[in-house]
Amino acid sequence: MTSTRIRGGRVIDPSQGIDTVADLVLQDGKVVSIGTSSAAADIEIDATDMIVCPGLIDMHVSLREPGFEEDETIATGAAAALAGGITSVACMPDTQPVVDNRAAAEFIILQAGRAGLANVFPLGAVTKDCNGEELAEIGQLVEAGVVAFSDATRPLANAEIMRRALEYCGMFNRPIFNHPAVPELVHGGVMHEDYVSTELGLRGMPAAAEDISVGRDIALAKVTGGRVHLQTISSLGSIDQIRRAKAAGLRVTAEISPHNFTLMDERLRTFNSNYKVDPPLRTADHLAACIEGLQDGTIDAICSDHQPYAPEKKSRELNLVPFGVSGLETLLPISIASLIEPGHLDWPQLIGKLTNGPANILGIPKGTLATGAEADVTIIDPQVEWTIDATQFRSRGHNTPFDGWKVRGRARTVLVAGVVVYEV
Amino acid sequence: MNFVTDTDNSIKKRWTKRHLLGLEYLSADEITMILDQAAEFKRLAEQGETKLGLLRGTVVANLFFEPSTRTRTSFGLAAKRLSADTVEFSAAGSSLVKGETFIDTARNIEAMGVDQVVVRHSTPGAPHLLAQNLNTSVLNAGDGTHEHPTQALLDIFTIREHRGTLQGLTVALVGDISHSRVARSNIWGLTKLGARVIVCGPATLIPQHVEKLGVEVATNLDKILPELDCINLLRIQFERQRSGLFPSIAEYAHLFGMNGERLKTAKDDVMILAPGPINRGVEITPDVADGGHSVILDQVTNGLLIRMACLYLLNPKNSP
Ligand SMILES: [Zn+2]
Repeated sequence: MTSTRIRGGRVIDPSQGIDTVADLVLQDGKVVSIGTSSAAADIEIDATDMIVCPGLIDMHVSLREPGFEEDETIATGAAAALAGGITSVACMPDTQPVVDNRAAAEFIILQAGRAGLANVFPLGAVTKDCNGEELAEIGQLVEAGVVAFSDATRPLANAEIMRRALEYCGMFNRPIFNHPAVPELVHGGVMHEDYVSTELGLRGMPAAAEDISVGRDIALAKVTGGRVHLQTISSLGSIDQIRRAKAAGLRVTAEISPHNFTLMDERLRTFNSNYKVDPPLRTADHLAACIEGLQDGTIDAICSDHQPYAPEKKSRELNLVPFGVSGLETLLPISIASLIEPGHLDWPQLIGKLTNGPANILGIPKGTLATGAEADVTIIDPQVEWTIDATQFRSRGHNTPFDGWKVRGRARTVLVAGVVVYEV
Repeated sequence: MNFVTDTDNSIKKRWTKRHLLGLEYLSADEITMILDQAAEFKRLAEQGETKLGLLRGTVVANLFFEPSTRTRTSFGLAAKRLSADTVEFSAAGSSLVKGETFIDTARNIEAMGVDQVVVRHSTPGAPHLLAQNLNTSVLNAGDGTHEHPTQALLDIFTIREHRGTLQGLTVALVGDISHSRVARSNIWGLTKLGARVIVCGPATLIPQHVEKLGVEVATNLDKILPELDCINLLRIQFERQRSGLFPSIAEYAHLFGMNGERLKTAKDDVMILAPGPINRGVEITPDVADGGHSVILDQVTNGLLIRMACLYLLNPKNSP
């Protein structure tokens, strides 16, 4: 029996409405109590002036293995997660081969076990080969341990397929994650369509492409009673629609990535490929709507949308580079910089978006410090000032728009199942 | 052959920019400096001084990642007129095809001792990428649908030559504004020098929020025609079109093509410009292209002078 006491920290657990200075006691990999404890423990961790919370969950991550190991592996991605204070990730199925069958899902789980770092929850493809045409073997994927379904960065363009997927997944009470975009409207696009794209002569992706797709998915959630999760939303119009759908009691949830509530399309004036993301960086009115959506609960979760790429893939001409940011190691500090520091969210709100928010959508028993729960814990030093340095990333992808940013706050100690797996 | 090594240096002394990435990044004063330098070269040429020694001992690399006979020839000739050595590079048959990156290729060429790089590329921002990664001076010879500064400068030079000033003139850019780097550079240059600019074309070829660039938008050419001092007929780039941006070439020519009939409703001294190569019978009919209002051949001549001026002012060597 190994016991651990994390002493004197500000324990924040939104799943139980807890925000109090207390000791957190763990034993044999499980949470025992939150309170004051005098009994001696095998391991003592001083958390004075620290925030102690459930291990962070990143529900939208690409680990690239199998098939694209030059960009990331399950082991490097899981190590990057821990360095970002993240104890659980949900990984996208657009590997090579695609996770559209039982063996592929089992491979991910096996490799994650071998790495022995963060918890990895695979997502299964909605359609075979993520091609949007034929449903994947959803039932068998569920049996293999898949928690939800998505065609990753490929929008589910065919409304009929989306409808059938929602009906079919309803049998297993699993959500469909969709990247909302109308392909014909964003085809060939590099950035948000607005004044800046006009000035730069770069092909734009109109916000309407996202709005239309979100509207369609909400309508299909209504007709099927299925669970729709909208990935990485970024537009004012989608946030408005999701707010109304939730008020109407539909089973619709949404997530957002830090770069989409932090950066604007103006950044593309540098022609720096690290600002090429999908959905694209938008304008001030969209950013304000994103913040409002986070504040009023329209947006349930914050995810990194981790899209790591080997350096040679991102150091090319703008129209040739792939979309995306290596985000695991900046998820927390950028969320603090953009949401806590300006006072948009308080700590319990932010922690909720990074713990029980995603856990509820994924349907996993994580993101809580309830008695008896797996002892995944992140200890955050909210005051430490540091500079983001992409060359120090554990991820193989150094593609970040935040390189060189001076930030405050980072994960200091991370425990998975009661064991310290990362420490600054 | 008459080598002139000591032209009037006063403009070069005032010039401070290292790169020419676009007219967006130049002030009205800097644009005027280039025009004045080109005018000086024209004066010398008219005196018979066609070969100048100003860039002797320097190397200009022409990096054309996208084919363009005209611009390439014009730059090559401009460099020779200034006595620079030139290195020619085209993407076809290069190591780019073998997967070498764009930046690697440029770095290798720079390592051969190049002082100036002239770059044409199909991606907006490619010259900016080079400017960030190379030590030489970079001259944008057209980057995708972003900018084509020397083309706009020669258009503006040609107008100034005929009318004395840009101030107060109304200039229309007609055609595919969305996909035109010539339009963007013209808009920056013309507005900075005080012209009123109207962009005109099918609504599907006019980009969102273009009016924030300081221009007016029109979709009916016949309505604005009587107000125009200059009409710049942009080429419809069939290869750049996504399908369905306008119904047919015939309809385009009907609504936006410049023909003799239409010309009758324009001002008596209206100037017709076209950054070639033109699609005869589409943007412009032959009678107009070869008629008295057309300055298309002046544009070609002036292009050489403008490129000489840019190469001379931007060359880091032989500074006075
Ligand atoms: Zn620009």
